[in-house]
Amino acid sequence: MRTIRFLLEKEFRQIFRNKTLVAMIMVVPVVQLLILPLAANYEVKNINISIVNHDNSDYARHLITRITASGYFRLTSLNTTFDEALAHIESDEADLILKIPRNFEKNLVRENKQKLFVAVNAINGVKANLGGAYLATIIRDFNQDLMLEWFQPSRTSQQPVIAVTPTNWYNPYLNYRLFMVPGILAILVTMIGGYLSALNIVKEKEVGTIEQINVTPIRKHHFIVGKLIPFWVLGMVVFTLGLLVGWLAYGITPEGNLGLLYGFLALYLLAVLGLGLLISTYTDTQQQAMFIAFFFMMIFILMSGLFTSIDSMPSWAKVISRLNPVSYFIDVMRMVVLKGSGLADIIPHMGAVFVFAIVFNTWAIVNYRKTS
Amino acid sequence: MRQFLTFIKKEFSHVLRDRKTLLILFGLPVVQIIIFGFALSNEVKNAKIVVVDYAKDDVSRQIMNKIEASRYFELEKRSLAHHEVEAGFKEGQIKLAVVFPANFGADLLHFNRAQLQVIADASDPNLANTLTNYLSTIVMDYQLALNENQAVPLQIGTEVRMLYNPQLKGAHNFVPGVMALVLMLVCVMMTSISIVREKELGTMEILLVSPFKPVLVILSKAVPYLILSLVNVASILLLSVFVLDLPVKGSVLLLFAESTLFIITSLSLGLLISVRAQTQQTAMLISMMGMLLPTLLFSGFMFPIENMPKVLQYISNAVPAKWYYIIVKSIMIKGLSLSAIWKETLILFGITMFFLMVSLKNFKIRLA
Amino acid sequence: MEAVIKTDKLTKRFGDFIATNNITFEVYAGEIFGFLGANGAGKTTAMRMLTGLSTPSSGSATVAGFDVYRETERIKKNIGYMSQKFSLYEDLTVMENIRFFGGIYGLSDKAIKEKSDMLVEQLGLASEKKKLVGALPLGWKQKLSFSVAVLHDPKIVFLDEPTGGVDPLTRRQFWDLIYAATSRGVTVFVTTHYMDEAEYCNRISIMVDGSIKALDTPYNLKREFGVGSMDEVFYKLAREARRSAD
Repeated sequence: MRTIRFLLEKEFRQIFRNKTLVAMIMVVPVVQLLILPLAANYEVKNINISIVNHDNSDYARHLITRITASGYFRLTSLNTTFDEALAHIESDEADLILKIPRNFEKNLVRENKQKLFVAVNAINGVKANLGGAYLATIIRDFNQDLMLEWFQPSRTSQQPVIAVTPTNWYNPYLNYRLFMVPGILAILVTMIGGYLSALNIVKEKEVGTIEQINVTPIRKHHFIVGKLIPFWVLGMVVFTLGLLVGWLAYGITPEGNLGLLYGFLALYLLAVLGLGLLISTYTDTQQQAMFIAFFFMMIFILMSGLFTSIDSMPSWAKVISRLNPVSYFIDVMRMVVLKGSGLADIIPHMGAVFVFAIVFNTWAIVNYRKTS
Repeated sequence: MRQFLTFIKKEFSHVLRDRKTLLILFGLPVVQIIIFGFALSNEVKNAKIVVVDYAKDDVSRQIMNKIEASRYFELEKRSLAHHEVEAGFKEGQIKLAVVFPANFGADLLHFNRAQLQVIADASDPNLANTLTNYLSTIVMDYQLALNENQAVPLQIGTEVRMLYNPQLKGAHNFVPGVMALVLMLVCVMMTSISIVREKELGTMEILLVSPFKPVLVILSKAVPYLILSLVNVASILLLSVFVLDLPVKGSVLLLFAESTLFIITSLSLGLLISVRAQTQQTAMLISMMGMLLPTLLFSGFMFPIENMPKVLQYISNAVPAKWYYIIVKSIMIKGLSLSAIWKETLILFGITMFFLMVSLKNFKIRLA
Repeated sequence: MEAVIKTDKLTKRFGDFIATNNITFEVYAGEIFGFLGANGAGKTTAMRMLTGLSTPSSGSATVAGFDVYRETERIKKNIGYMSQKFSLYEDLTVMENIRFFGGIYGLSDKAIKEKSDMLVEQLGLASEKKKLVGALPLGWKQKLSFSVAVLHDPKIVFLDEPTGGVDPLTRRQFWDLIYAATSRGVTVFVTTHYMDEAEYCNRISIMVDGSIKALDTPYNLKREFGVGSMDEVFYKLAREARRSAD
């Protein structure tokens, strides 16, 4: 135990002596947390639409007014040919094209049936899906009103109607920031912990100081623990700063128990730092360590469910995301902060992260060789 | 010129000797493109849903069956009590709950009107929105089927065509995005770290006292990385076409030319960082911590840029990955030619010049 | 005499390359044992095996009575090591380095305090003790390195080219430190390039191409080769080397 005390003293001195490093550790997450949630916004509004109107009728005009007044769409252009509108899609100025056919009104009244033509730029699936759905809803409402206008209310009310009343729990105003802030904070804490721990031992290798350590009778697990604790503490501090930013800038306070959140984080940091140290023991230069850490970080972030839902991944990808500690942390953050989930709800997550922590750290201790 | 070639050779042997790093440099983009090409999609499917059925009649059962048959939903449990919904949400598995009130079918039969309650876990607002939409559509279809025997007047149908990506595959959007992200970060890290490393080891001074122009020293460092990155572009493209079934509709040559420009942009950003950073650790933290998330978010492949606050939209203009993402998308997926993307190309070029000028200026100051 | 290091046919291979080939020697308690050889002759490899940093490929050896295969951690309690590459923490101060390594070797707080005060006094570093080690001149760094290596009063201290790159005066002072250590009973195992330093050793061995080609007192070696200085002994042996220096 005494050995660990000396190791800790040394690590903390080294960290705090490097002023740039400390500044980066503290400032970068705060700044990113202030800016990034504003950028990560899926609320689909301002969908750009080009309309090709071949029918100079009241119905066509009403429909167009409906669309532009809905708040979801922004009219980019009114074109006379479809090709002109397509040019707007090619240049990304428009996301959707609505084509109203010639004699739309006349044929609708005469034949009781008409088709509108919609083309969606489907490269970005979300926009395509939601944009298409919104437009369909508007057209449907328009259609309903038309029917009401033409026929007696008594006739329409004879048709059975199922009214769907949606309720949104935990985030009634559908505020996307509520969703993103906890997730981004989780990523930032992971990056700080992961990178610093991955670089640490390998730096000692590169500089040569590890030799001096290796000829001492120091126990391997003492060494690893001595490396782990400082970053664990830093991770806790960064997380606390992040929670403060979340509260002061976005007014987010955890619905659930704060102690539970910290308890999970304590375990989670051990797993992340263990992975970092493991990378450190496998590499010879900081450059290598950095690239490997980057490799894992990319996969961890994109497969974490931060931006895209894990549910919609193919099953092999779900397996990967289950092997990704970050996905558990993001999940727990959202559950505890937004929904107020309790200990019983996150027990499976805790179990998984506990296993990660044990595996990574044991592996790191075993793989750290004092003798080559 | 001979000297210059000697320097380039030296840099190459540095890069090629470090097998581990080399493996990562080539392996990383390949693995990531494959994983993300297949795994990432914004499509919502298999969302877990619970049904609380107080009605237990034919109508509720029929609607339930329709929900179950849809690929969007996975019916997790039926007929739980209302209070269990909250427990399900808190456990995190359930995304949506549908509540059929008592007498649901009877109401529909006798009063032609019935209420159906849908509760969404809106902690993910987008998902909540989409799922509610899907569910409404299912219910609407059911309702239409009920009315089928009656002639409906004035029916407006819509025919929807999905342009460029009819199956709504995630890869169309994510491959160009991940390509921009990976190229950017790998190039920035490689240059910044390798230059700062020479600074740290003191070998930079040796190079600088040689009768060789500092600019050429830097240039010779960039050449191997440029070539390495072009190899990466090639392997990413091959994978996209042959493994992910992505089209390259436009000119491959143009795509490579634009990629070269973007790689140079990234290399010069790396140079700029290396001029500033004193230790490898700082250089890495700047290029990783500082750049990963902002590049991811501001390139626009995850979140639409036009949804961001105005200030951030301006900031996004300074992110080179954004322009490259647009360029790749235009050439690969839309099949456009240079005339459609000359503006983006010019902007990338301008950013590159800016990075180069600032870093060379700083470089000279340091020497003096 | 009691042997604190014994090796028997100790060998280390890296693939096809044999870095040290069947070396057999003994080092006696309290002596200064010089380990000479051209660059790449295998000195550092041999030393790394004896300090437990590297596992031998074949042969046997004991250090302070402990086996180099199985008891490396017990060896480490009994030795001090100063590597060729300066390996104290440059971003820690003089005092902090001493305190850290004292702590790692399990010295009590009181002992650390006493030792470090004594040390800075002895080295004349009193005014520099709060300075970062990275800011010290090379000569002082080397002296500090040595003092840290013997801080915990080891039985044997291994020095790998300890005086590389320092001026003659500092080298002289450095050897004073070595003599002071031997007077306290520490056995010194030192590699060097400097032939004048070889003269300071009680016995020396000369390695060529991974094998020990000569081992005796400087006096006997000079007589055996019929030359007047260690320089000439070394040249005679090193000329036969087939490995090029690195």
